[in-house]
Amino acid sequence: MATELKLTTKDFKSDQEVRWCPGCGDYAILAAVQSFMPELGLSRERLVFISGIGCAARFPYYMQTYGMHSIHGRAPAIATGLAVTRPDLSVWVVTGDGDALSIGGNHLIHALRRNVNLKILLFNNRIYGLTKGQYSPTSGQGKVTGSTPLGSVDYPFNPLALALGANATFVARALDTDKQGLTEVLRRAAHHRGAAFVEIFQNCNIYNDGEFDYVRENKEARTYLEHGKEFGNTGIVHDEADFAAAFALSQVTWETHGAVPLGVFRDVERDSYDELVQQQIDNATGIDDLQALVGSGDTWRI
Amino acid sequence: MTPCGPGFGPAPRCYCRSELAKPVEQLESVVIRFAGDSGDGMQLTGGRFTSETALKGNDLATFPDFPAEIRAPAGSLPGVSGFQLHFADHDILTPGDQPDVLVAMNPAALKTNLRDLPKGGTLIVDTDAFTDRNLQKAGYESSPLDDGTLDGYQVHAVQLTSMTVAALKEIEGVTPREAERAKNMFALGLMSWLYGRPVDSTIEFLQKKFAKRPEIAEANLKAFNTGYAFGETSESFAVQYEVKPAQLAPGMYRQVTGNQALSWGLIAASKLSGLDLFLGAYPITPASSILEELARQKAFGVRTFQAEDEIAACGAALGASFGGALGVTTSAGPGIVLKSETVGLAVALELPLVIIDVQRAGPSTGMPTKPEQADLLMVLYGRNSESPVPVLAAATPGDCFYAAIEAARVALTYRTPVYLLSDAYLANGAEPWPIPEIASLAPIDVSFAEANGATFLPYKRDPETLARPWAIPGTPGLEHRIGGLEKANETGNVSYDPDNHDLMTQLRAQKVAGITVPDAEVDHQEGADVLVLSWGGTYGPVAAGVRRVRSAGGRVSHVHLRWLNPFPANLGDVLRSYDRVLVPEMNLGQLRKLVRAEFLVDAVGYNRVSGKPFKAGEIRDAIEAML
Repeated sequence: MATELKLTTKDFKSDQEVRWCPGCGDYAILAAVQSFMPELGLSRERLVFISGIGCAARFPYYMQTYGMHSIHGRAPAIATGLAVTRPDLSVWVVTGDGDALSIGGNHLIHALRRNVNLKILLFNNRIYGLTKGQYSPTSGQGKVTGSTPLGSVDYPFNPLALALGANATFVARALDTDKQGLTEVLRRAAHHRGAAFVEIFQNCNIYNDGEFDYVRENKEARTYLEHGKEFGNTGIVHDEADFAAAFALSQVTWETHGAVPLGVFRDVERDSYDELVQQQIDNATGIDDLQALVGSGDTWRI
Repeated sequence: MTPCGPGFGPAPRCYCRSELAKPVEQLESVVIRFAGDSGDGMQLTGGRFTSETALKGNDLATFPDFPAEIRAPAGSLPGVSGFQLHFADHDILTPGDQPDVLVAMNPAALKTNLRDLPKGGTLIVDTDAFTDRNLQKAGYESSPLDDGTLDGYQVHAVQLTSMTVAALKEIEGVTPREAERAKNMFALGLMSWLYGRPVDSTIEFLQKKFAKRPEIAEANLKAFNTGYAFGETSESFAVQYEVKPAQLAPGMYRQVTGNQALSWGLIAASKLSGLDLFLGAYPITPASSILEELARQKAFGVRTFQAEDEIAACGAALGASFGGALGVTTSAGPGIVLKSETVGLAVALELPLVIIDVQRAGPSTGMPTKPEQADLLMVLYGRNSESPVPVLAAATPGDCFYAAIEAARVALTYRTPVYLLSDAYLANGAEPWPIPEIASLAPIDVSFAEANGATFLPYKRDPETLARPWAIPGTPGLEHRIGGLEKANETGNVSYDPDNHDLMTQLRAQKVAGITVPDAEVDHQEGADVLVLSWGGTYGPVAAGVRRVRSAGGRVSHVHLRWLNPFPANLGDVLRSYDRVLVPEMNLGQLRKLVRAEFLVDAVGYNRVSGKPFKAGEIRDAIEAML
């Protein structure tokens, strides 16, 4: 950066009143993001937050950056158009488990496979909050909600495994109230050129309170991934470039292993979508004059 | 003057015209239809004949008519592909109501097309294809070649396949199957001779197309050459025809299809506005060729994005618009329905977006390759709540260029999504096109908002256009948030205030209603008390129908609408100044419903949805019934 920016957390707070329910995990995430932003060294006008629909999707209103609160599930698609035409911007997508994995599942996996230069923050609270408590695609089987009075019969998605399956180049997990761990993951995501996918365990204290207490309340359950080191006693040596290791770690749960991996599961470099598109434009040969184009091919004079 | 036949390659025989000259008969216009199996290369044949005809200087119009199936079972009725071409020594408007000449490459092509050929018409058939098996596939119990079915037609029975194969057997490296496939070039050569077409462009085309396989190039050239020579020498063809060049307005011409012109119009809009063009699209018939054409034009900085679905295609275009690009998405009806939620967001965001609907026939999947104009009410009203969107429609293939520029101009000026309607007929049809002078096109004025020290109000409108400022990310000091939730006037903050919602609804409606569009031009005839009101891709046949009525002494006026929303300011007065109004449409009366509601005019419809373009004759009949 040519000029030194002296922005603070406060500079990233918009003048809008935050309207999540008191006690919602979203507050902690918002605070962590706002306090991390100055570190990015980007001026506010170069940051864009795009969201879909749901509780998490109100996020852009509270950021003093550019922002768009769009359509349910479509944020990755809309952000793709922005990221590919404006590589100078830092584009963030804020989404939830219903938004990203149900109605917008298709857009999510395609943005990841294309390696679009987006930072995707998925607030996973395993419930539909804004519509007052129906089960989501990450709710566990048997979950009793307004729309599943006898318990959900759906098998849930594992968001990390899904992202890895889509060949995401950066996959990480953090916890809403773990400011330090979350900030570290945001930092790594921000510096990843390409699609970065971050699942954030987020407590909905109204419709799904306590869902993540086993790790939110119990710091011992948190195990931070360290590149090159064995994860717990699993025999899995963590290697951010090793797809198989990342996938194996994505299957580690509190229930199965008594530990919850947090941090970066995968981080590999690959040309991002906008870079590849730009390369084709830069290397394009052929007619670049419109008068010549409309007058190309067989012509005749009358 | 070409002294010796086609004048190329190692011709098997080369006869000088002077020795072999057949009488030349002058014609004012001809309609030829090539029909064959989907795999027979009829579109290529028709396209080449069109190019030769364009270079000859005739006016022309084409109608490629092909099935959605890429290769339906060979020889079957659903697999028939056709290409109709009308060319003349005068200004024409349509590909012709019916063929004068039908080239039928197999029994199925004969069966599906013979009903359109009037008695006395010329029929050229490939007799080799009339095998028992092919006859059976086409549902013929006996061969129409000798059971009297073709009585009353001028039949030229040609052993097209076997002559082609025989001519090519000396060429090394060409399989019998490949030799057989060159039969369409034999047919093209024959037709090129019959109508005295210049052949150099086809020779060049074949050499280029098959540059990587010189033996195939040679085979096709030889087949073409042999067909040409066959015409010259065969006793079956006693006369050669000539259609003199048409007296079109002076200038440089080329032929253009609607989708080609539309693609170039979008590039022109990008140049005129100084904005990068971004196209989000998902493959769909008959719009895909716009995506393909623009994907080739990367040297213009065009970014094409083949999205995962129609929704993402439209979303990405809107995202690009948010960032200050010219965002465009293309589709046909079945894709447009999926885009409607994003169009609704664009209405709320008040950002520019051009949505192109290349209409095709039928609800759901319908008939993907066939034209219709039944999406009008969908694009006007197919969104939740009060969600006004400007709509315009292209009239001819060449007009798609100008319509695309106009759509972009309105979208950018008024910060609104705009629907541009085309259809399968315009998309694939070709016509001679006066090459536009790019420097003479009016620039599109786009200015992005910049900070001026005052609090930025993203929904404070321009008093004249009611457009809101377009503040793109990257602009210091104008950071703001927009979204699909209702916004407070001026500040753009989320608002549930009842009066504010009413105000915003009114403002969005007023903005679109206030868009300046040119007055409707009336092709008025003195003493006419009937007005024909048409729109979109039916321009050609409707204008041709009007001409026919007039040349028979009838009095009728005509208005062809470009803008469907808003309507031209003079439209009400124009409609009310005639006793009777006829609205011909390839739908069940959508524009008619609108003008009746809007202007209390008792308009009458002529409505037919056959998947085929209107014929000038049926429009004439419909008008005459009202005189």
